[in-house]
Amino acid sequence: MSAALELRGLSVTFGRSLVLSEVTATVEHGEWVALIGPNGAGKSTLLRALAGLVAFTGGASVQDQDVGSLARRQLAMLIALVPQRPTTPSELTVAEYVLLGRTPHIGYFATERLSDRLAAERAMARLDLRHFSDRLLGSLSGGELQRTVLARALAQEAPILLLDEPTSALDLGRQQEALELIDGLRRESGLTVVSAMHDLSLAGQYADRLLLIDQGRIVAEGSPQAVLSEQAIAAHYGARIRVIRENGSLFVLPLRKES
Amino acid sequence: MLEPLRQEVQRVIKTCARCGRRFGCGHGEPGCWCEAVLLRPETLAAIRAVSVDCLCPTCLAAFAEKEGATENPAKTDVQKRSATSWAKALPHAAVRSRGVSVVWGLAAVIFLVGSLLGALAVGPAQIGPASIIGSVLSHLPFLHISSPLRGVDEAILWQVRGPRVILAALVGGMLAIAGSAYQGVFRNPLADPYLLGVAAGAGLGATLAIAYWGAGSHGGVLLPVAAFAGAALAVGGAYVLGRSADGARSTSTLILAGLIVALFMTAIQTFVQQQRSDTLRDVYAWILGGFGAADWHAVVVIAPYIAVSSAVIFMHRRVLDVLSLGDDEAASLGLNPRRARLLLVLVATAGTAAAVAVSGLIGFVGIIVPHTVRLLVSPGYRAIIPLSLLIGAGFLVLADVLARSLMSPAELPIGVVTAFFGAPFFAVLLRTSKRRAL
Repeated sequence: MSAALELRGLSVTFGRSLVLSEVTATVEHGEWVALIGPNGAGKSTLLRALAGLVAFTGGASVQDQDVGSLARRQLAMLIALVPQRPTTPSELTVAEYVLLGRTPHIGYFATERLSDRLAAERAMARLDLRHFSDRLLGSLSGGELQRTVLARALAQEAPILLLDEPTSALDLGRQQEALELIDGLRRESGLTVVSAMHDLSLAGQYADRLLLIDQGRIVAEGSPQAVLSEQAIAAHYGARIRVIRENGSLFVLPLRKES
Repeated sequence: MLEPLRQEVQRVIKTCARCGRRFGCGHGEPGCWCEAVLLRPETLAAIRAVSVDCLCPTCLAAFAEKEGATENPAKTDVQKRSATSWAKALPHAAVRSRGVSVVWGLAAVIFLVGSLLGALAVGPAQIGPASIIGSVLSHLPFLHISSPLRGVDEAILWQVRGPRVILAALVGGMLAIAGSAYQGVFRNPLADPYLLGVAAGAGLGATLAIAYWGAGSHGGVLLPVAAFAGAALAVGGAYVLGRSADGARSTSTLILAGLIVALFMTAIQTFVQQQRSDTLRDVYAWILGGFGAADWHAVVVIAPYIAVSSAVIFMHRRVLDVLSLGDDEAASLGLNPRRARLLLVLVATAGTAAAVAVSGLIGFVGIIVPHTVRLLVSPGYRAIIPLSLLIGAGFLVLADVLARSLMSPAELPIGVVTAFFGAPFFAVLLRTSKRRAL
């Protein structure tokens, strides 16, 4: 079987500025690819283009189907996107919110069928949310809310999961918890994961492969070991860092300027 | 062995959580093999503790057999009848969205029927609810009951109060359901059915009709047609303006465009009024709104608009919940938010324009009723939409009763009544409600 995602010279322009330029990349089935790069590099735009939210030129295909030729609903059955700051109406219950993830499977004028409710329940069970079913979103903690948003994406039952900064609002423990959960889901259900990530150490620990994007271009690509070099990070992030390698893990530490 | 009940059921290949074998699952569709397996509720609970997902036929049959082994063979038939099939039992446990509960649905229907009966009974001529019901029954076909009412009372009931009450119910329901649709579409709790210039457009149309064609306060056909045309023109203008500004990408541009169109039309209306100050009184009476001129003709003219509009909005109740996530997330869930919004605005506006054409501008219903439902019942649109329709209808019927009876034989403008009684009620509700409102 061919790749889960294939980008061939994908470009995005907003007005006159070129946000993404000729991005070419392949993501295999079951792989976790992390997009890294400084603010404004185009990571989120790339995810949004794949989810069909931003117009682009060039080619992009999902499981051998051209993104441009797919109807929105069909695309939503293949790709689930978790945005960086999802809208979580505080008055909805967890169950209602997770059920909204079933939208691509439900007719425009229809309401959820039994199979949709079962899928939502499975997603909630997988993320340990069954006892939260009737809780209002407004009453959840950050970690619980993140799990609820993941459950909504899981209920979508799409083989590809796009995550935009999945851990940006979480504390250290919740970050690890969320990433372990995503990794578990990926292994169990054979999901393909593409995530934009700020924390380079975490990106290196969880992703199979990293794409370093700067100014709309892929400037480095490969295993965390290969991409996370002190020179590359210093050059593209404009940061003073040290990369520490220990027991096969990578740690990217920021350094204070010496006075 | 369990044979499939129907072959055409779509099956998904799953792995059984109990034995690990793979099997074809009908996924809760009617006709799945699991419908043939009858289990007692306790057994179902035990299975669900093991797995949320369906089990394979063999494991399910094993559960059924184990259950059968422990029970007295003579009782089997009785127990089978009280037992539940695996598939049918699932919905009770599966997660669902809060919709309209039986209690609230019944309460809303009783409120509406009560207001209708009360409104038909109140007036200078004494007609009791029992004789109203008798008279209504006598008009039903195949029921050969003679009306308990005298000829005059019969005429008062059917030619004066009847159309007035029905018209008030239609307009009230329409304004409330359109208001909730607008609030959902624009994700703005302050949105009301007049948001995109419907009121100003209808006002201008009515003013022109009254000032230049002498339509007067009982203007027959011309006044509603002019009001409807004005409303449609205003919203059309607002939409075109909003679209040319930024492709109707943001809802705030559309609201701003509506405001600009409304201001422009109000300016023309004021100019016309000043030129024809002799017609001010008639224009003023129309703008304040009311059902004094109601007849069956008006009911027949607006009923189709209101029926189609409410039906389309009702069918969008789940879409409105999806739209509450914002355009981006709705789009990533496979919805076309712009098209959904256009369709909703179109039907809500057409319905509102029809209502405004026969009743004038009645404020407050479109905001207060949806928010009352939101606070009392549920913030989801699958509760707000149907309940707003029923409660809005009942509310305006009651308001109309007060408008015509408080200072009888004079009539109060109905907009005064809706605001005078609606505002304090809503204030109390807002204060006592534990939940966060807007």
